[in-house]
Amino acid sequence: MRETPLKALHESLGARLVPFAGWSMPVQYTGILEEAKAVRSAAGLFDLGHMGRVRIRGANAGALLQKVQTNDALKIQPGRIRYALMLDDSGKTQDDVLVYREPDATPEDDGYFLVVNASNAERDLAILRQAEQEMSDVEVKDVTDDLAMIAIQGPVAVEVLASQSEGIDFDALKYYAWANGRVAGVPAQVSRTGYTGEDGFEVYYSASEAERVWKALQEAGASKGVIPCGLGSRDILRLEAGMPLYGHEINETTTPFDAGLHFAVKFTHDFTGRSAIEGTEDLERPVLVGLKNEGRRIPREGYPVFADGGTDSERELGKILSGGASPTLGCNIATVRVPKEFAEPGTQLHIGIRDAREVCTVTALPFYKRER
Amino acid sequence: MSRPDDRRYLKSHEWCKNEDGTASIGITDHAVANLSDLVFLDLPSVGSAVTAGESFGEVESVKAVSDLYSPVSGEVIEVNEALPDSLDTLGTDAFGAGWMIKVKVESESPDLLDASAYDKMVEAEG
Repeated sequence: MRETPLKALHESLGARLVPFAGWSMPVQYTGILEEAKAVRSAAGLFDLGHMGRVRIRGANAGALLQKVQTNDALKIQPGRIRYALMLDDSGKTQDDVLVYREPDATPEDDGYFLVVNASNAERDLAILRQAEQEMSDVEVKDVTDDLAMIAIQGPVAVEVLASQSEGIDFDALKYYAWANGRVAGVPAQVSRTGYTGEDGFEVYYSASEAERVWKALQEAGASKGVIPCGLGSRDILRLEAGMPLYGHEINETTTPFDAGLHFAVKFTHDFTGRSAIEGTEDLERPVLVGLKNEGRRIPREGYPVFADGGTDSERELGKILSGGASPTLGCNIATVRVPKEFAEPGTQLHIGIRDAREVCTVTALPFYKRER
Repeated sequence: MSRPDDRRYLKSHEWCKNEDGTASIGITDHAVANLSDLVFLDLPSVGSAVTAGESFGEVESVKAVSDLYSPVSGEVIEVNEALPDSLDTLGTDAFGAGWMIKVKVESESPDLLDASAYDKMVEAEG
């Protein structure tokens, strides 16, 4: 089991550690619902040291990325970030990733930083290394073990992080942008990104300083309600925010368009899987929608979703992809792909929860959008 | 911590207090702490039969659905009907007011542990 450099600290904080994608990770400290509420009302501190992180440097760094992912890496300005997908030859999703262009990148000395899912990191690296071998002037380096990665997410994240930072202009640091500076005196990459639907940041810095930065942010935020949060709350927060999770809304059987991720695909370059999906953007296909239900039983992955009433009452339309109890909405929420004629918000459907049927209502995604 | 020694325990974290052939059954504080954020409890009805080692109901938390395993075989003679609507009781008094069912015992599971053996098992789990 792999461990992040913060494992001992989590244990001292009373976290419950569980295996996740080969890593021992905190699923919760005080409780999933309490932690999720803290992120919506104040901020939460997350260890994301399991996420795979890769540096790609050299004059051909952008050209390498154009081969392996769907967004237009060459159009990413230095210091900006884009969401992208890695596909196989048949256009099916191998991973979803964030592509960071180094703030100091130039065409001659180009550089990118890739953040990938822990569960897919090995496969992603194999794809990147294969591309590296086929090209000159580019180097792929797995820096996952070198760097700590933590997130601070929530309405007070900016003031807490800014109070501990030097050399970063937070007013200028837009959503999906990043900068280098210092946090708690430690050199750090800070990006305005996250997986919670709140304003927030992800911070990358030397693994040897892992505890120093975490503790500084925890102490600075304590009086404002900032608490450590585990992966359990992160999952419900991302579901509320309508963000896909690999293995749920997207997986090896879905194309980017099956998941409504058209924005992440640019047919400007010749990426793996392009020929399989080009021209299929507007095909009629099952639509990814949200469901809300009021019952106490939580809709969970794999539960069947049925049409409501009439001759279709036992027609299975799809299976739940993700589900959970939403502390923000005060009801249960889930995602599912259903035929277009059932995808209109307000449509009533049924969820099969063991032997019972729960009424649910189709809802547009995201379930939750913060006020700006 | 040491748990009440007037009853016995299954490895799957149910407790069973057998008094004159009637067993009160519930789940331990450790089970409640591990589940956390309980949302739903499904218990059998009075008159139904339960079998030692088999599921008699389910408890659902924010994280997962878990089966409840019966420490005894027999007929359910009483159900804590208030409990599904007051799941907090399990957090405050798992060994008392958090009882779930009472069963007229025909036989007991051969796998019941005494309190000290159960405590040791929980401790070893970490």
